[in-house]
This record gives sequence, structure tokens and C-alpha cells, in this order.
Amino acid sequence: MNEFKLAQPQSVGQATSFLSQKPKGCHIMAGGTDLLGEMKNGIIDAEVVVDLKSLPELSFIKREQNKVRVGALTPVSELAENSFIQNEYSVLYEAALSLATPQLRNVGTVGGNLCQRPRCWYYRDSQILCLKKGGHKCFAFNGRNKYHAILGGGPCFIVYPSDLAPALISLGAEVIIASSKKEKKIPLEEFYVLPKENLLQENILQPGEMLKEIQFPLKGSGEKSTYHKLKERGTWDFALVSAAVNAQITNQSFKEIRIILGGVAPIPWRAKKAESVIKGNRITQSLLQQAAQEELRDAVPLTDNAYKTKLVQSIMSQAALSLVKT
Amino acid sequence: MEDKNQKKGKPIKRRDFLKGFGGGAMGAAVAPKFLVQEKKTISTKEGNIPVYSKKKISLIVNGKKHTLSVKPRDTLLDVLREKLNLTGPKRICNHGECGGCTVLLDAQPVYSCMFLAVRADGQKITTVEGLAKGGNLHSIQKAFIEKDGYQCGFCTSGFIMSSLALLQRNKKPNLEEIKQAFSGNLCRCGNYFKIYDAVSEAAKKMRGA
Repeated sequence: MNEFKLAQPQSVGQATSFLSQKPKGCHIMAGGTDLLGEMKNGIIDAEVVVDLKSLPELSFIKREQNKVRVGALTPVSELAENSFIQNEYSVLYEAALSLATPQLRNVGTVGGNLCQRPRCWYYRDSQILCLKKGGHKCFAFNGRNKYHAILGGGPCFIVYPSDLAPALISLGAEVIIASSKKEKKIPLEEFYVLPKENLLQENILQPGEMLKEIQFPLKGSGEKSTYHKLKERGTWDFALVSAAVNAQITNQSFKEIRIILGGVAPIPWRAKKAESVIKGNRITQSLLQQAAQEELRDAVPLTDNAYKTKLVQSIMSQAALSLVKT
Repeated sequence: MEDKNQKKGKPIKRRDFLKGFGGGAMGAAVAPKFLVQEKKTISTKEGNIPVYSKKKISLIVNGKKHTLSVKPRDTLLDVLREKLNLTGPKRICNHGECGGCTVLLDAQPVYSCMFLAVRADGQKITTVEGLAKGGNLHSIQKAFIEKDGYQCGFCTSGFIMSSLALLQRNKKPNLEEIKQAFSGNLCRCGNYFKIYDAVSEAAKKMRGA
């Protein structure tokens, strides 16, 4: 890892005004578990790292009258151990517990998880200049692409690795973005962008901006949620395919449903077509199969990842049916 | 041929041998006269921000306070091993993937290779060296010996630290909880089942059962 300087602001205001000066080679460090990996791999050559650990004001989980607020610097382990989250938001609890390891969850933060970089092995290799690093070619397209995108891909075929993002989007979460000018609040779903819109980054954060807080509404009556994740190892793995489902169930039908797929696209993939097939109809296995097929109509598997279409079909019904049974 | 040092009852350790050659500079780094801080101040609308190239920090390691100066890129693992001579935490993958460098930071297990030392300023750190008291091994260490909880032993200090973190929170973990607590530690010898036995045994010992 190359040498760098460490800036330690004492408030969000200081951090954003420092960032607004757009210092050269500047990177934000929350937990640092992803950033340090990139720096050690030589993908990032940081000159200045802005240390957000000195901002304890960003680490909290607060229940308010009509919403829950989570500070971007809250460690993932605190989210997973919070009894209110455990009882009310199964999808978020299950997603938090499914990711990484105790050691990483103690350090890695909620905001950092939402801003982490892709795991594509061509991206993570400093010797390979791929599209995402300003090169001219996606090496996964004609290369080894077992873990790559089947939906929304092109010209780059990464999948977005976060587990918390699908879970939070299923809860209708919004994020607060701070900058030296003024804060803005946007739906988390609109935070992410496809490679065809921006190759070099996965979200809309501009230089000088930082993710400050996540908010989501209190659980509605009859609302149930779950996170299902398929991975190659029993623990500590990124999702091959995952599904966050949040639904309101009445009379054996889904009155409302949100399905967000992980591991299939360069962004957390809202399965809107599947949702519209399911909504308002009586829950059956065949309805769920039909919904998955509808969603997969636009899927374009690469040479090694067609298996993901089958995983999507099974995980979608598994997750949705588990809500009916419990 | 017998070694001179062995004659005197002092076997050469690999680490002492290496230190004889290259350790001079490391030793100097802890000497007080080198405790420098290199800092620039950048002014912003919201006040001045310190930007460090070198920072003086304090670490409370195994109950003892150390004051030293570190560069931002020094990981906690590097500082523990190279500056404080605590080689219990192992540098194996150095990418937060194997768990060999696990230490407790304020009672929570973390990968010291993925944590900048400068960010641990003022915090309490426990390494495997901090477990034995007055020449007596900790119950977890005894249990690992009794139950053959290791083969080559290289991952063991990491597993012991994860065990300690688990048993401090959960006095009677079941197998599933033990497996979860170890999901961030790898044993390339594949000795997992004996490690699980060792933790159950350690839990018994610690409960005084």
C-alpha cells in the first residue's frame, strides 16, 4: 500500500467543506474494509484519505415518530444486533447478518456497504485496465463471467455486491447526501446508476458529496419482509443471487409487494415486472414462476452465468412463499 | 554440530535471528526521540482540519499503554508485529480474508490487517499474548491444547481471539453459534471440528463446570 495523508475532520460540515475543495486523489474512508482492499490491490492510489471515524455523530440508529434513521457510519454489526431492527425489519436483519464476517461487520459501516465497489475480478486486478478503470474493454464479456450480470449489463457487466442495498430499497429507504452547499434526500433506488449511464462509478455521488444518513418508514400493518441469499459457501460470501422481498399480505394475496434482486445486475435490481404480475393476485407457486419469467424476459446471460436465471426463479418463489407460511 | 546459543540454554528463535539483521531500524522507531508528528493544517469554511503524514497515537495493548508515532498507511497488524513485537496476530492473507490477524478492539473481534493503526488511537487492544496471566494459560488456550484444537497452529491465535469474543458475550454457545462466530477465520488444515470441541470445552471451563 502506497503512502497517503490522513485528514481527520471533526464535523460533517468540516468534512464536506474539505471535500468541496476537491483535493487531488482524495478518498472517503468509513469503515475502510473495502477501501483498504482496493488500496492494497493497487487499484486506488490515494493521496489523501478523509477519515470519517472521527465523526461519531454519524453512528446511530434512531426510531422516530414515522421513520427510522440510521447514520451512515453505524457499524453493520450494530444494525444486526439491534432488537428493534430484528423484530420489525426481518429483511434488513437477515441481510446484515448474511454479509461478510463478525470481524468485518464490526468495522464495516452501513454507508460503506451502500457505497462499496464491485467485486469483479477484472476490476480488482490492478494489471487489467478494464472499462471501469478508464480502459476500452470489458474483460468479463468474453472472459470468465460466472459471477457477472444477466440483467442491465453492458458495456460493463459487474454485479452490485451490497446485501443491505436490496433490503433497504425493499423498505422504501431514502438516503441523505451531504455537501458543502445543502443536503439532499433521494430514494436509495435512485442512488445507483447503470454502467451505460456512468461507467466509472456505481452511484450518483458527485465530488464533494458524501452519504450521511439512511431513513426508512415504520413498518406498516400486515407488512412482512425477508432476505434470501444464495452463495457458494455456507457463510461469508457475496450473493450469487439474492432477493429482498417486502410485502403486505391480505386474504392469501399480496396487496403490495417489492422485490429487489441482488447479484444479477450492476445495480440492486427492482423486479418491477414481476411485482406487477404478483400484485393483487392469489399466491400460488405458478403465479410466482410466471412473475420470475416475466422479469427474466430481458435477461441476457453471458457464457458462464446462465445458471443465474434458474436461481432467480427459485429464490423469488422461495422468498415470497416464506412470507405466506410464517 | 551444537549451536553456541543452545549451549547457553538460549535457543535461537527465528524472530531474534531476523531482528539481528534487519530489526535495528524497527527498534529505533519506538525510541522516544523519534516520536514525531507530521501534520499540516488545511483551512476550510468550517474551521481547520488536521492532515497527518505521521501521527502520535496511544494504544492500550493487553492493558499496557504504548505511545508511538505511526504513518497513516501502517495497519494495526504491522504496528503490533513490527513495533510492539507482538507476533501472535499473524500476517497471512493481509486482505481481511483469513482471520489470522484477529485481535479484539474494545472487546470486538476485528481484522488488524484491515484497520489503520492511526484510527485505533486511544483504544484497547487485546492480542493472544494478553490472555495468559502470571504464567497460567487462559481456559481457552488450555482447551485448545486438550482438544487438539490446532494442527499446524498458524491460524490458532486468530481462532482463540474469535473464541474469546464469543465466550465473553455468550457463556454457553451452541454449535451453530460457534460456527457463526468462526465464519471469519479459516483453517487450511481443516481442523474445524476439533476447534468447535475446544470452544465448547473452553466454555465449560470458563463457567467453572
